Amino acid sequence: MLDVPELKDALDLAVSRGASYADVRVVRRRQESISVKNGAVSGVSMGEDEGFGVRVLVDGAWGFASSSRLDLDEALRIADEAVRIARASATVKRRDVALAPTKPVTGSHVTPCNTDPFEVPIDEKIQLLLDADRLAREDKRVRVSTASMSFFEEEKTFVSSEGAVISQKRVESGAGLSAFAAGPNDVQRRSYPAAFGGDFACAGYEFVEALDLPGHAEKVGREAGDLLDAPQCPSMTTTVILGTNQMALQIHESCGHPSELDRVFGTEASYAGTSFLTPDKKGSFRYGSELVNITADATIPGGLGSFGYDDEGVPAQRTPLVDGGIFVNYLTSRETAARLGERSNGAMRADGPHRMPIIRMTNINLEPGDWTLDEMIRDTKEGILLDTNKSWSIDDRRLNFQFGTEVGYLIRDGAIGQMVKNPTYTGITPEFWGSCDAVGTRGEWHLWGVPNCGKGEPPQLAHVGHGSAPARFRNVRVGVGRW
Amino acid sequence: MVGAKDTVFRSRDHACVADIVLNTSEADEVEVAVETSEAYLTRFANCEIHQNTGERTTSVVVRSVFGQKVGVASTTRLDRESVEATVRRAERVAKAQPENPEFPGLPGPAECAQVNAYSEETASCPPERRASGVGEICRLAAKEGLVASGSFSTAAHEMMVVNSRGLLAETRFTRANLLTVVMSATGSGYAERFSVNVGAIDPHEVAEEAVRGCLADADPVDIEPGEYEAIFEAYAVADMVQMLSYMGFGALSFQEGRSFMSGNIGRRITGPNITIWDDGLDPRGVPLPFDAEGVPKQRVMLIEEGVARGVVYDSFTAAREGKRSTGHAISPLPSAEPFAVNLFMAGGDSSLDEMIAATRRGIYVKRLHYTNPVHPAKSILTGMTRDGTFLVESGRIVRPVKNLRFTESILGAFSGVELISKETRLLPLYSLGGIVAPAVKVRSFTFTGVTQY
Repeated sequence: MLDVPELKDALDLAVSRGASYADVRVVRRRQESISVKNGAVSGVSMGEDEGFGVRVLVDGAWGFASSSRLDLDEALRIADEAVRIARASATVKRRDVALAPTKPVTGSHVTPCNTDPFEVPIDEKIQLLLDADRLAREDKRVRVSTASMSFFEEEKTFVSSEGAVISQKRVESGAGLSAFAAGPNDVQRRSYPAAFGGDFACAGYEFVEALDLPGHAEKVGREAGDLLDAPQCPSMTTTVILGTNQMALQIHESCGHPSELDRVFGTEASYAGTSFLTPDKKGSFRYGSELVNITADATIPGGLGSFGYDDEGVPAQRTPLVDGGIFVNYLTSRETAARLGERSNGAMRADGPHRMPIIRMTNINLEPGDWTLDEMIRDTKEGILLDTNKSWSIDDRRLNFQFGTEVGYLIRDGAIGQMVKNPTYTGITPEFWGSCDAVGTRGEWHLWGVPNCGKGEPPQLAHVGHGSAPARFRNVRVGVGRW
Repeated sequence: MVGAKDTVFRSRDHACVADIVLNTSEADEVEVAVETSEAYLTRFANCEIHQNTGERTTSVVVRSVFGQKVGVASTTRLDRESVEATVRRAERVAKAQPENPEFPGLPGPAECAQVNAYSEETASCPPERRASGVGEICRLAAKEGLVASGSFSTAAHEMMVVNSRGLLAETRFTRANLLTVVMSATGSGYAERFSVNVGAIDPHEVAEEAVRGCLADADPVDIEPGEYEAIFEAYAVADMVQMLSYMGFGALSFQEGRSFMSGNIGRRITGPNITIWDDGLDPRGVPLPFDAEGVPKQRVMLIEEGVARGVVYDSFTAAREGKRSTGHAISPLPSAEPFAVNLFMAGGDSSLDEMIAATRRGIYVKRLHYTNPVHPAKSILTGMTRDGTFLVESGRIVRPVKNLRFTESILGAFSGVELISKETRLLPLYSLGGIVAPAVKVRSFTFTGVTQY
């Protein structure tokens, strides 16, 4: 076991070896995932992992080392190894790392949870999934139905050489179902509430119950079958209304990632790329229309991107990223904020004990507007409604993007019409957001949980949130490629 | 750092864990997989090291079986109490389920081939050596007024799978990977090397390739999207073939009708000069003798001269067809899909110079970015070009162009492969294995968009 006094001993060793700053995170996690497919249980697993990671600043450069073994001898060895690694980093250095100040906090935080999902009997969870799975296959065109739920708990202790001591606990729950209908030359999928595992939140089992998978399953199966017979989405330039789930991905790829200041400074250049939001654009660049207001908010109760303190001990905050269409702020860390003469807005997060924290999204949200979805549709003479993300891709500066959704509905003279399959749309980020002329109301705003945001080398997954209502965009190219 | 003494010690840990699991299990069948890893990564950007990490991790995964009920539990602790608790958890999880009538039981014992995939030089690579390699790249880039980013990683792993049916599989392996993007104000170049042995990676050579590419990529001009002849370097081909594996070389997607292979075994699905196979034992790749269930890896012909020949199986999907597993499980969970992760695409007899000379008007692509399936059953992929995209006219590269988006059926494009390079390149395949790919020239490729740089 590693308690706070022993963690401080490890940091003291790092400082005695020359570290100007050191911190350590002890992380214990447990996970449970259950999946069913075509009436059978396809997987039930329970995992636990623990470890600690020491990050040090020596000679103006970073070193990081971690271990699964939680004892004082190992902590001291790892602290020493982190210092050695930092000294190696310092041999290839152009400038010394400087950290923006933060007040060292002694505190704790726990995310909301009514029903501990790990205490709910497994057979009860399995039965819920089997019920949904059976109902999805009532449509005989469905070849494969699958339903799943997963739960995650993390307990973390953060100690820094500046005197911070923070303990946090988070519980996450999520579930979803999908149906695949297969024809002679085609396969179509329909999902609820979203694909790739469904929807997630910092919440207990009550979140899964509220999703009511069985209540939506029949519709999922029927729509999968209907998509087989639907015509191919036409190629056209038209008005696009995006449902909230697709808005989540749009925000994620075209606003969340380019706002990460470490990416702007080039630290992801060899992997996912850089950002078109260069520092000269802060405060003046027109990112979108005046209706576009995007915030980063780690304080929303229940958001998958919410927490009490980031992995540098900086308190969770709400920060506007785009204000009235103008780009105004980045997601920052102590190191990157210092380069702008600012304080960190608390976006440093690490995927477990064996990863060094990097800037990640929190909950990145499009603030609600004045239009209901019905009003948007009635106001649209010709267009298409797209929802439930199916594919995504964007260039390495976050400009040219292309998305696909599970379903599209043509809009003609203010009414929803023909269902179409394989819809795709593409654009250039600021041109696309600049064409936004309607944003949905708070009543239709939903905070989605996205548990699989990838970034970094070695790779890290972050659990993030995106809140949005439906929104409308003009002159968008739809139906990409030859089909 | 890992050394021979540490390796022996870890093998003893693994043996202890196996003993505890086999002797305390109350299940009908039980399996345990133990992996210990030491992995280091030195990351650089703007010609300086900005992240430098080292991790030592252990994972223990127990699969317990009662009849046809399967439970999986895992831990990172090796002490007796924690391992026993994990066994109890896996058993509790298994007992709480209804039977899965398709579960065939755990695999039986089989002899695994011996492979040589461990390099002591990689396992003991110190941070100073990685920093020195990075420094070499940064120095060469800075000399030309360019900026280098990238990563240099080395890792050593020991794996063991044991089950109550007498299966025992053990191996150790190493991986080393160095990649860099070198950037100017207007262009960029790329290079990557991957090997079991860090000694086979020359940072100077990597730097030269990326710097040369960056200097050639200066001031790209606008270009209209459309259908073009296209030349793809091995980096780009590897990306496309890797995505084919993700979309459809596995038995689960095949059986569920989601794969481009579904219903097409024995039929031509792409060009007659396209042959792709999976071989976990081939030393030209990154060999691994067994899969996540301890089943020996088999060579599987996937596409032979354009004809769909087979897919890869784990024990669950194999049992559905009365076949034997080909050793392609990546997880003990029945919900996980088998994957081809040791891929080879046959080379030809051409070269990049010949491909350029044979192009009337086309696009030369160094590598691809953010490729993602649009319709897996039709092998339709989208993505961007990156780090070196050039216009070729009348048999020569004439100028760099801004990066293009493509939306294309990969098997359709491969139906028009005119030339394949003799030279192939070994590259990593996700974090699971490797791929050996050539460069190709295709008759037609659909670029559907363009970006601003």
